Amino acid sequence: MSDTIAAISTGLTEAGISMIRVSGDNSIEITDKVFRPGKKGMSLKNAESHTIHYGHILDEEGNVLDEVMVSVMKGPRSYTKEDVTEISCHGGILVTRRILERILQSGARLSEPGEFTKRAFLNGRIDLTQAESVMSLIRSTSDLAAKNALSQLKGSLRDKVISLRKELIYEIAYLESALDDPENYDLSDFGDRCTDLCDRTLLTLNELIASAENGRLMQDGIKVCILGKPNAGKSSFLNFLLEEERAIVTDIPGTTRDTVESTMRLGDLTLRLMDTAGLRETEDVIEQIGVERAREAAKNADLILYLMDSAVMPSEEELRQAFDLIEEKPCIFLMSKADTERAFEKEHLLSSYKEISGLSEDKLPTVFLFSSKQEFTDETGAKIELRQERHQLEKKIMEMFWHGDVTMSEKIVITNMRQKQHLVAAAESVKAVKQTIEDEMPEDLLAGDLMSAYTELGLIIGEEVEDDLVNEIFSKFCMGK
Amino acid sequence: MEQKTIKQITEYDICVIGAGHAGCEAALACSRLGLKTIIFTVSVESIAMMPCNPHIGGSSKGHLVREIDALGGEMGKNIDKTFLQSKMLNVSKGPAVHSLRCQADKSEYSRSMRKILESQENLTIKQGEVVEILTEDGEITDPISREIFTKKITGVKTLTGITYSCKAVIVATGTYLNARCLCGEAITYTGPNGLMAATHLSKALSDLGVELRRFKTGTPARMDKSSIDFSKMEEQFGDPKVVPFSFSTDPATVQIPQESCWLTYTNETTHDIIRANLDRSPIYAGVIEGTGPRYCPSIEDKVVKFPDKIRHQVFIEPEGKDCGEMYVDGMSSSMPEDVQLAMYRTVPGLENCRIVRNAYAIEYDCLAPGQLHLSLEVKHIHGLFCAGQFNGSSGYEEAAAQGLMAGINASMEILGKEQLILDRSEAYIGVLIDDLVTKESFEPYRMMTSRAEYRLLLRQDNADLRLRKFGHRVGLISDEEYKALCEKEEHIRSEIERLKNTFVGAGKEVTEFLISRETTPLHTGASLADLICRPELSYEAIAPIDHERIEFLTEAEKEQVNISIKYEGYIERQFRQVEQFKKLENRRIPAGFDYEQVPSLRIEARQKLIKFMPENIGQASRISGVSPADISVLLIYLEQYQKTNGSSKKD
Repeated sequence: MSDTIAAISTGLTEAGISMIRVSGDNSIEITDKVFRPGKKGMSLKNAESHTIHYGHILDEEGNVLDEVMVSVMKGPRSYTKEDVTEISCHGGILVTRRILERILQSGARLSEPGEFTKRAFLNGRIDLTQAESVMSLIRSTSDLAAKNALSQLKGSLRDKVISLRKELIYEIAYLESALDDPENYDLSDFGDRCTDLCDRTLLTLNELIASAENGRLMQDGIKVCILGKPNAGKSSFLNFLLEEERAIVTDIPGTTRDTVESTMRLGDLTLRLMDTAGLRETEDVIEQIGVERAREAAKNADLILYLMDSAVMPSEEELRQAFDLIEEKPCIFLMSKADTERAFEKEHLLSSYKEISGLSEDKLPTVFLFSSKQEFTDETGAKIELRQERHQLEKKIMEMFWHGDVTMSEKIVITNMRQKQHLVAAAESVKAVKQTIEDEMPEDLLAGDLMSAYTELGLIIGEEVEDDLVNEIFSKFCMGK
Repeated sequence: MEQKTIKQITEYDICVIGAGHAGCEAALACSRLGLKTIIFTVSVESIAMMPCNPHIGGSSKGHLVREIDALGGEMGKNIDKTFLQSKMLNVSKGPAVHSLRCQADKSEYSRSMRKILESQENLTIKQGEVVEILTEDGEITDPISREIFTKKITGVKTLTGITYSCKAVIVATGTYLNARCLCGEAITYTGPNGLMAATHLSKALSDLGVELRRFKTGTPARMDKSSIDFSKMEEQFGDPKVVPFSFSTDPATVQIPQESCWLTYTNETTHDIIRANLDRSPIYAGVIEGTGPRYCPSIEDKVVKFPDKIRHQVFIEPEGKDCGEMYVDGMSSSMPEDVQLAMYRTVPGLENCRIVRNAYAIEYDCLAPGQLHLSLEVKHIHGLFCAGQFNGSSGYEEAAAQGLMAGINASMEILGKEQLILDRSEAYIGVLIDDLVTKESFEPYRMMTSRAEYRLLLRQDNADLRLRKFGHRVGLISDEEYKALCEKEEHIRSEIERLKNTFVGAGKEVTEFLISRETTPLHTGASLADLICRPELSYEAIAPIDHERIEFLTEAEKEQVNISIKYEGYIERQFRQVEQFKKLENRRIPAGFDYEQVPSLRIEARQKLIKFMPENIGQASRISGVSPADISVLLIYLEQYQKTNGSSKKD
């Protein structure tokens, strides 16, 4: 019998179609739990091997997450020689991640690096001559995963995990010492103490899980680069997004000399905002450096927000320059100072840009209005509230990610999911401890779940358990008659 | 006619060196399995001697005794005949940590075991020091285990120059090898209790390529009973109803009048005396080189390492029924005699105490157990088995368990049968041996319940259900005993099934009963098993509403039924974990496997694997420094290796 593993099997870097692969004894049943077939009364469990099924993947509340095709391949006629399902969905990092999460919630576990290939090999699917490459794949992917796991956990989160573990191991060691030397250590108030510990631990764990969910655990969020000529209003736009004064805003062109980095949450996403110096070629040496940075930032960005002053129609030269920077990167245009008299409207801008860039209609950026005033009017003269426009902008950004127009590196998503999985498992164990106490079960039965929580947390920070417990017992408690 | 003798006396199958707790179990197992066995001891008076504490059992050690008994060993039976007080520890803290502990009458225990050895067929007792282990060079492959050896046992030689030829040797020398006892500045080159140390065998073993190291341990003083004022101490009684250790002992025979123990405490004055004289302690003055155990610290260690503790417990325990000495549990020491007397006399009740035997520390040579197979056979010498404190463990029970296993496996090897390897999911004995041979320990190893991952399954109450079948397979458990076990199993199984399928409703009788037990009344029907799961109830408790119950189950069977139902969820979960564990455990690594050939192993992992030469993938995964990725790599390589070499995998 083999447990069921799941992973995203297509690289997340390309948009279009993503695939989630599930393999193991319960793969079909697990997929079936989250799948609503297009054909009524159909069930993956009854599906023939090597058939493809149209339908939807549903979230916890039964809402549609995405429209998908599910392939069912029964072992041994599959890549791993086990029962396999493959869910093809619409690209998009968020959709793919959510679908994978649903599969994990339904009983699969995230595959270890190289595990599909390992299973394929061990089940005799891959030729013996390939053994060496399988081994080096496992070696390299697991080394990389370990490196990512460590580098992505920020200092403060790491500290939180470490301090949780410290408290847990102390109480486990106390419990074990008392079981080992009952005449010396007393357990009469251990249940209460342990309940307190569990409550405290759960509180922190839930916070950590929430931050894993919105991606804050990731050191690299989605890089958003704000570009535009000096005094196009980039700094005030950034402040508006962040709703606080972070960069200095003045009326003198070119005050923002440096790339400012700040992060903001947008639904499930973390955006890393980079404000940049204006794009004007300049004699000023200091500002010249800033311009170089802007180019660099644009090159590294996942999404570009390009600001233009509504009062000045951008020249052909400026638009060409903008296209040089943006190329085919995901981009949104913003017309700033929308409350002032506008020199041009959205349509003008887009048609000029289309001409210069040669982009097709559907590849053109969306345009939004922006102002430092709360209200302004659109091209038809209708009143627009700033917060409505902001809402639309955020929705657009979400959509771009959801559908995979904007992507991010797969390894980050997966590392983050892995961390979350361990956090959730740790929280489950802590809840089980509480339940055991509530059920008035004897103290010994607490030890297993406490230790599981400790072990899961250790996996997040890449630490092995080994002899931690025995060492803690002997260093903290005086044992032996 | 004149007859010239030769220096070879007789041929034996097996020679056991040492007649402590490991040696006795080993010799009994071998001789009971029909092999001609000789056991050597430096002194016949010291057979099964208890040179340190006067208990058998206790937390996790009690489990070991039960397991030894289930497999057909002697320790449990012997303590049932010779105990002074018995207690089941941790009764309220969960079935897995219930632990039986007995105070032993030391000299009775020893005398009784000697009698067992003397009356055992096929077994010869011989006083004498073995100075050499004789071997023959040449590569051989064991026909059953397939392991490859470079030497083979041919016999032993004693100090008197006599050779005993044999096929296997079991080394169970305890703390006697190159032993050195320290009491402050006074150092004697003796074994425990002033007995003669064994000074030749260490070198002989080194010459055979066996790597030794040096450990230390210690023991407290023994007091003259008449000098102790017990009125200043708390009296500690045994349990009113005694549970025997052995599954074969009739519980009625152990309901005897019991002796008491006494509890008192150290205080700041005691600690001040110790602190003021630390420079005269051989450990703190650096005279002792051996590594001591952390779990059984001397009173000096306790005072130094836990300076915030204002008092430490001291138990005063009888050494024997007709013995004038009392054991001072919790205050082992290697301080000089005058400091000892001063510190003991600060303890309430010991103000006027007279020391009969001083406390002392002992240093000794022992084996680096990474050199052993899980069968306890030395990896390169066919027929050389090691057991007990010599393997770096501590404790009578740990020693006996290893002795029994070494005895069984040496016998199996000679008889050409499969050896008995218990894994971590089957027995504490499995945990003990796996830890010893797989993990590098830098102190004497003591069993602890926290070392057993699957302890909910490895309970002391079900040791017979877990292990009798193995005892029967090797031949130490008779057909009759095994049949009784199978019946017990069946009684438990059918009773659990009945309870799960017997339903009670919300009728008056049941409701009144539940209210009287302060538990919620039923609204709909529930099985009797459901009711047993409630914290307020148990199998015994629901008897009044269980009208179909047939009263033929024994106490032990009832206990099994209750535990199996009450903790079913937790037990089931451990079974699932064991299933996962077994997958790796069952993947054997071929004997003499060449790790240099495996690409992609990290250097540290490769070095460790070469050093420990694990027998299966599970064992490999427990070696420190071997990561999960290394294990994956190893699995892939083994698959390729086995396919190309055509050897079959055991799965």
